[in-house]
Amino acid sequence: MMMGAAATFTAGVGRAGHDYAINPVAVADGIWMVRGADEPIAFDNGGAIANIAIIATPAGAVLCDCGPSIRYAAKLKSVAEQLTGKPVIRVYVTHIHPDHGMGIAAFDPAIVAALPGTITAMRRDGGGYSDSMYRILGDWMRGTDIAVPGLAITTAHEEFGGRGLRLLSLSGHSDADLALVDETTGLMIGGDLVFHDRAPSTPNADLALWRASLDRLKSEKHGGMLPGHGPLDPEGVTAIDQTRDWIDWLEPALSAAVQSGLDMVEAGMIAIPDRFASLKLARYELQRSVSHLYPALEGRLLPRVDLPSN
Amino acid sequence: MLALTLMAAAQSAAHARTAPVDPLGSPMWNAHAATLFGADPVRFDPRVKVQHPMIAENQRAFPVAIDARGIEGVKRIILFADLNPIPVAIDYRPEGAEPYIATRIKLDQRTPVRGAVQLASGEWLVSGEWVDAAGGGCSAPPVSRVKGDWAEHLGEIRGEAWPVADGNARLRLSFRHPMDTGLVENIATYHLEALSVKGVGREPLGTMEIWASVAEDPAITLMPAAQPGEMLTVEARDTNGRDYRARVAVAKQSPHPLASAP
Repeated sequence: MMMGAAATFTAGVGRAGHDYAINPVAVADGIWMVRGADEPIAFDNGGAIANIAIIATPAGAVLCDCGPSIRYAAKLKSVAEQLTGKPVIRVYVTHIHPDHGMGIAAFDPAIVAALPGTITAMRRDGGGYSDSMYRILGDWMRGTDIAVPGLAITTAHEEFGGRGLRLLSLSGHSDADLALVDETTGLMIGGDLVFHDRAPSTPNADLALWRASLDRLKSEKHGGMLPGHGPLDPEGVTAIDQTRDWIDWLEPALSAAVQSGLDMVEAGMIAIPDRFASLKLARYELQRSVSHLYPALEGRLLPRVDLPSN
Repeated sequence: MLALTLMAAAQSAAHARTAPVDPLGSPMWNAHAATLFGADPVRFDPRVKVQHPMIAENQRAFPVAIDARGIEGVKRIILFADLNPIPVAIDYRPEGAEPYIATRIKLDQRTPVRGAVQLASGEWLVSGEWVDAAGGGCSAPPVSRVKGDWAEHLGEIRGEAWPVADGNARLRLSFRHPMDTGLVENIATYHLEALSVKGVGREPLGTMEIWASVAEDPAITLMPAAQPGEMLTVEARDTNGRDYRARVAVAKQSPHPLASAP
């Protein structure tokens, strides 16, 4: 329900046998990034649009997010285990959105961990997300059941054979957003609190909380940044600032649109500042954000004009 | 509206030959053309601009604008979606307004979304395109029914009017109303069904019929002929006979660049 569908029609017939290409790229000592496509969820990409992290620890492989489907996650598991030479012992799900976490169906729930707010949201909205993903992705989703993480994250630190991870419990992109810092290398994994050269999406956003979370990420000691979408940010601050810049532009721009009399269609057509020219999907995400945010802004900014009814 | 659909099916055979071949290949085109346009001539014309976002992010509230300002002498504008169970959303007569309307509609499945405008000659000009959407926009309960607070806000109207170029104003209205389609179990059809905008002399500037395929909490944008400072009167009625009234003064300001250049 919260997820839209591309207006251009893609035939929903299954292309059985299609396989995901999973190509991990080393981004820090013992950490690989699997890049998602900088595209909307669509049949042509199988929903593989989110970035994934693979972390090698002495105790086993740790995954941060695991993709949209059981087919993706099964391949990811085998790639990660070959790469690290050890079994996957932990899967973190950063937040509710299905491009990041529907693949948990491929793992024993006892090793899958998420924030309590994410687990609550998955129990509540998992069915709706599943319906949307099957509608758009068809055969790519085959066999992907709705699964719920078995571990609720209540600590700020976890260690795997001596490799420590700091767990940051935040929110704003969604009800509950997990970010991680690898203590060995300083690499921060931002989840969807951080987008890089790809416009942020806002289907469940609380922009005030999102800003507070970005402040927290910036102040938390870290090195590079592995964002939820878009390329690695090696120095670690650019992507945070860019995400912040977009949402700081978005809310006043939409407020100004309401206050100057624009309808939602027209609000989706306003000029996007040149400084966002490097952001992929900027127009697409602006139009989604109009859908998410505009009615509430109208309710706040347009004055009451009704007279008592007869 | 079920009646309309059945009637359309019955009439489609009789009128099929009068409607031109649909460039969108819609299975319901002949039926709707027969019902809506009867024996009047129909032509597909891209000057009827049907504008919407590239994605149906929320199938309960899909923004659509019909802009026929490039066409002289438009008397009537119909917004409809072929494959919605309630195909027509709005039937608008811009008596003293620019031929422009924007609103949000429900989408029950992938469907053509169209604008049809009628000229004084009786001729209809039609445009539109297929829009992909998840199902259930018409058959899911309204958010305010789920929350249970619809009655507390019924009758609330928000609005504002801004001057635009050429002596016209842009009027935006938003009503709190559940807009029940009758397609959700145990919730009868209940929706705004008529709306008019009048000027200072009570002359009609715009009049419309509204169906339940307009999104919950209807938001409507029109461009009536009205000067800065002029008071517009809005009158509406729902299917339970409840009346809604509002007054909106056109802001005393110079035309806003954003509002005049959609």
